[in-house]
Amino acid sequence: MSALSLDSLSVTLGGARIVDRLAATVEPGEWVALIGPNGAGKTTALRAVAGLVDYDGAVAILGDDAAALSRRQLARSLALVPQVPLIPGDISVREYVLLGRTPYLTYFGSERRADHDAVDVALEQLDLLSFQHRRLDTLSGGERQRATLARALAQDAPILLLDEPTAALDVGRQQQVLELVDSLRAQRGLTVLSTMHDLTLAGQYADRVLLLDGGRLVAAGSARDVLTRPLISEHYGAEVALVDTESGFVVVPVRGTIANGA
Amino acid sequence: MRWVIAAVFLAAALLTGVLVGPVDLGVLTVVQATFAHIVGLHSPLSGADDAILWQLRLPRVVLGALVGGTLAAAGAAYQGVFRNPLADPYLLGAAAGAGLGATLVVAFTSGSGDLLPPAAFIGASVAVVAAYVLGRSAGAAAGPAALVLAGVTVTSFFTAMQIFVQQQHVQTVQQIYSWLLGRLSTAGWHEVAIIAPYAAVSWVILLGHRRLLDVLAVGDDEAAALGVNVGRVRLLVVVAATIATAAAVAVSGLIAFVGIIVPHTIRLLVGGSYRLLLPLSVIVGAGFLVFADVIARTVMSPAELPIGVVTAFFGAPFFAVVLRTSRRTA
Repeated sequence: MSALSLDSLSVTLGGARIVDRLAATVEPGEWVALIGPNGAGKTTALRAVAGLVDYDGAVAILGDDAAALSRRQLARSLALVPQVPLIPGDISVREYVLLGRTPYLTYFGSERRADHDAVDVALEQLDLLSFQHRRLDTLSGGERQRATLARALAQDAPILLLDEPTAALDVGRQQQVLELVDSLRAQRGLTVLSTMHDLTLAGQYADRVLLLDGGRLVAAGSARDVLTRPLISEHYGAEVALVDTESGFVVVPVRGTIANGA
Repeated sequence: MRWVIAAVFLAAALLTGVLVGPVDLGVLTVVQATFAHIVGLHSPLSGADDAILWQLRLPRVVLGALVGGTLAAAGAAYQGVFRNPLADPYLLGAAAGAGLGATLVVAFTSGSGDLLPPAAFIGASVAVVAAYVLGRSAGAAAGPAALVLAGVTVTSFFTAMQIFVQQQHVQTVQQIYSWLLGRLSTAGWHEVAIIAPYAAVSWVILLGHRRLLDVLAVGDDEAAALGVNVGRVRLLVVVAATIATAAAVAVSGLIAFVGIIVPHTIRLLVGGSYRLLLPLSVIVGAGFLVFADVIARTVMSPAELPIGVVTAFFGAPFFAVVLRTSRRTA
């Protein structure tokens, strides 16, 4: 049984087809990256999987039709980390991570011991225990991102949806976050579906990549199969060189090879 | 510790409220007499003094506490569901609607005053419902911003109608004006009986939502991704806050600033989590308005200041001090 299975997933927003008949599966424990140029529909596809936009077609989560699941059930299976989370500055890290327990609580209910334990584990895994009583607005950008990840972990969902997890981070922080996600994936057996901007990082961390352009899936497979010079040229309009390294290969743009303003 | 301080503040306010006045009743006897009334024993006070306590001062103090707690909690709740620090209980047009209802009654009825509270209540409710329907017609995707704009629109429209009616009936201006400034005036326990059921229901519903208001702080999308039905939470909180605000406006007019200053002061002191913010707003809001009323009826005694003037005149500088100190220590 696949962790995620998308069957002819289409999203239309304001009359425009943003995601067009996307079909894909993500196996348990796998890390799959959605890549593609700006406006390819990566984020919208991710939001459709999370049930945040209306879609046509079908999404199956661990074998269950997502449309038949309640919001709460969905939230117990999927944890979403948005690209730019809205951070309420005046609450503490612990209070923020505790919000991840929402899918397990009744409407007027409050947290029990087990919920606080799950929060302790998440704070510990993200090395945030010493920060737990700090206000969110006193944290750095990287620490905030760890807090958001901790909130997603506290959700105890088997599938993690990450929207551009490395956007706006420096190269060191990018690496730290992705290594962290990878180790959490191993420790907790998580399945990860993420959108990725950076092709090199997508190639290095994801088991498989799905290349979207104009809302359609145009290539899928291992990084080596998808990140080819012709495909990147066709869909990104970029001329790149692919440099092999021992940990995977590196995609670099080559200066002076495309017309100005093209 | 925070709870103890808040409780002491409220207790001090209540005690000050019943003790301050032209007739000196004495601390101990006041406490004994109040207790005697509650459990049905014979009051130690003389008949006249007992009437001052039980028919004049206590109802007024209790009314102040109910109105203050309600406005502060409603303000905090509005700030939460709209993620807008400037939201107050009048954001969706409750004040303008109540103002129009009150003006219509003053202008077109003989003016016994009995109809004023229900008219204000109905006006406030109609305005908020209109704003909600208007805001929702923009689509759920427009989020809280559409509702706030709808509230502004409804407020302008109702205010325009209110001013028009007022201009046509110039003799009513003074009565309407004094009502708009807000005042706690009681005839025995009548006003308390009007607001108490609304306040009780509203407090229970709002406090029940304190955890969900924290969830809403991360945004509509993320709250939905955490399994919350955002539209339903927002509607329930707005309904609960609105009926209590309408009831408060009906018995006490428009008392400004409580719904903003009390929650923000607490936010600056203990942080923004609604788990603490909402219950503390009820307690501190209640105490704050009782103190404000003591000032309103003493500084120019025997004349009374409108309590809305007191809440703003003393509240604003106090808030400025809190703002300054918290910025320095942050």
